[in-house]
Amino acid sequence: MAFYTSFGTVLLLLAVTAPLALAFGFAAAAGSRSHFFPLKWLSNIYMAIVRGVPDIVFFLFFVIALDQAFEWTRHQVLCPDWDQPIRQGNDFIVCPAAKLPLNSAPEIYHQIYGFGLAVLTFAIVFGAFAGNVLAGAFKAVPHGQIETAEAYGMTKRQTFWRIMVPQMWTYAIPGLSNLWMVLIKATPLLFLLGVEDVVYWARELGNTKTARFTDYPHGDWRVYYFFGLLVFYLLFTKVSEIVLARITRKLSRGQATAAGEAMRKAGATA
Amino acid sequence: MSCSETLASYAFRSLGYGERRLPTTEITLCDQVTLIGSGMIWNIYFGILAILLGFFTSQALALAKTSSNPLIRKPAEWFIFVFRGSPLFIQFFFAYFLFLTIKQSVPMLSNLTNAWLGAAIVLWFNTTAYSAEIFYGALMAIPKGDLEAADAYGFTGFKRFRRIVWPTMMRLAWPAYTNEAIFIFHSTTLVFLSGFPALQQKGDALYYASYFADKTFNPFIPYPILAGYFVVATLCIITVYGLIGKRLNRHLPQPRQKRPRMLAQIFR
Repeated sequence: MAFYTSFGTVLLLLAVTAPLALAFGFAAAAGSRSHFFPLKWLSNIYMAIVRGVPDIVFFLFFVIALDQAFEWTRHQVLCPDWDQPIRQGNDFIVCPAAKLPLNSAPEIYHQIYGFGLAVLTFAIVFGAFAGNVLAGAFKAVPHGQIETAEAYGMTKRQTFWRIMVPQMWTYAIPGLSNLWMVLIKATPLLFLLGVEDVVYWARELGNTKTARFTDYPHGDWRVYYFFGLLVFYLLFTKVSEIVLARITRKLSRGQATAAGEAMRKAGATA
Repeated sequence: MSCSETLASYAFRSLGYGERRLPTTEITLCDQVTLIGSGMIWNIYFGILAILLGFFTSQALALAKTSSNPLIRKPAEWFIFVFRGSPLFIQFFFAYFLFLTIKQSVPMLSNLTNAWLGAAIVLWFNTTAYSAEIFYGALMAIPKGDLEAADAYGFTGFKRFRRIVWPTMMRLAWPAYTNEAIFIFHSTTLVFLSGFPALQQKGDALYYASYFADKTFNPFIPYPILAGYFVVATLCIITVYGLIGKRLNRHLPQPRQKRPRMLAQIFR
C-alpha cells in the first residue's frame, strides 16, 4: 500500500517544487538584471555554483546542512542560556526545545519536515537552472519593445513588469519544458533525502524475502518493481510532452515570433 | 602522516594502487582532498569515454531518426524515447541486473558487471540518446537556403552531407551539446551510488566524499571539496567547448566588440 501512496509523494513533490523553483529562478534572473551590484553578483554566483556542481552532491549535502542551519538558528533564539558547545566533536547538539521537529512530535510531522527539506533542496537546485533559462529569455525580448516602452514614458519598474515579464515566457518555455523533464528524472533520487518515495519502497519491497522474516517469502523482485517505475516514468514523460506542447502553442499566441506569426496568418485566412 | 605521504599513498587509491586501507580515525583535510581527487579520475574517465563515443553514435542515431524508412526510424525513435524518458538512476539499476544475467550464461562477458565497462556502456547509451535528440533538432533547423544552394551546386550524397549539412548541424547544435556534456559529466557521480559496486573501495569522487561524511559525521568539509573539483572540471568543459564552438562559427560575421557596461553608464 505504501508503495502506491509513494507515487502520490513523487507527484506532490513535483507539484510543489515546480512553482517554488520557478520563483527562485525568477528572483535570480531578476536579480542578475539588477543595477544594484551586490544583488547582481549574488544571483550570478548562485547560478554559477549550483549549475557547476552535480545535483546529487546537493541532495546529499543540503538536507543535513539545512537541517543543522534551522536547528542552530532556533537554538540561538530559544535557548540563549545554554552553556554547552553545540559542536561536541563530531556531534551536533542543540537544546531539546530547538529540535526540529520536536522529539515529542508525532511521526507524521517528522515525515512532513523531511518532505519540506526535500522540496526546498530541489527548489534551490532547479531554481538556479530556471534562473539561467529566464535570464536568457529576458535577453531575448526584442529591444524595440523596451525602447517603445521607454518612449511611452514607462519607468524601469513598469517596463520590467508590464513589457518584459509577459513577453519573456514565450522565449523561456522551451528551456523550462526541458528543465521540467530533467526535474522528473531527478525525483528517483528523493530516497537519498530520506523521503520514503517510490524507489525506497521498490528497493524495500522487492528485496529478497525469506520465510523467517515475512509471511510471503520470495526471491529478488526488485526487477519487477523497478520495471513498474520505468513504465511510470515513461508514461509521465509522454503526458508531459503533450501538455507542454499545448502550453507552447498557447503562449506563442500574439507574440512577435515565427510561431506567433504563423498562427496569426492561419487565423487571418480562416 | 604528513601531507606528501598521504598524497603518495592515496593519490591513485581509486585505481587500486597505494595504501589499501582507507583512513578511519584522525581524518585530515589533506586525506579528504587527496582521496576525493583520486576518485575524480573515475568521473573524468567515464565522462570522457561517454562523450567521445556518444559523439559518433548520436549522430548516426540522429540521421537514423530522419530516415524515411520506418525500419530504421522506429528503432531510433524508441531508443531515444526510452533513454530520455526514464531516469538514469533506474537505467543503471536495470543495466546491472541485465549484465548479471548475461554474466551467468556467458562467462566471457563477466567484465560487464564491473563499473569500468558496464557503467561506461550505460552512460554512453544515455548520452547517445540525449545528444541524438539535440543533433536531430539541429538537422531540422538547417536553413532551407543552404540545402537549396547545395543542390544548385550539384552536391549529392555523402559529399553534400559532409560539406554542407554536417558543419551547419554542428554549429547549430553546439550550445545545447555543451550543456549535454556538462550534464553527462555530472551524471557520472551516479555510477557507484547504486547498482554497480565499488570493488575494494575503488570508487569515484562522490563515493569517497560520502565515505568521509559518514565517518566524520560532518558533511561540511567533503562535499564542498567535491563541489570545488566539479566546478573546476565544468569550467574546463565550458572552455574547451567554447573554443570548438568559436571555430565552428568562425566564418560567420562576428558581433562587434561591445563597449564595457560600466563606461556606457557614465558616458551616455
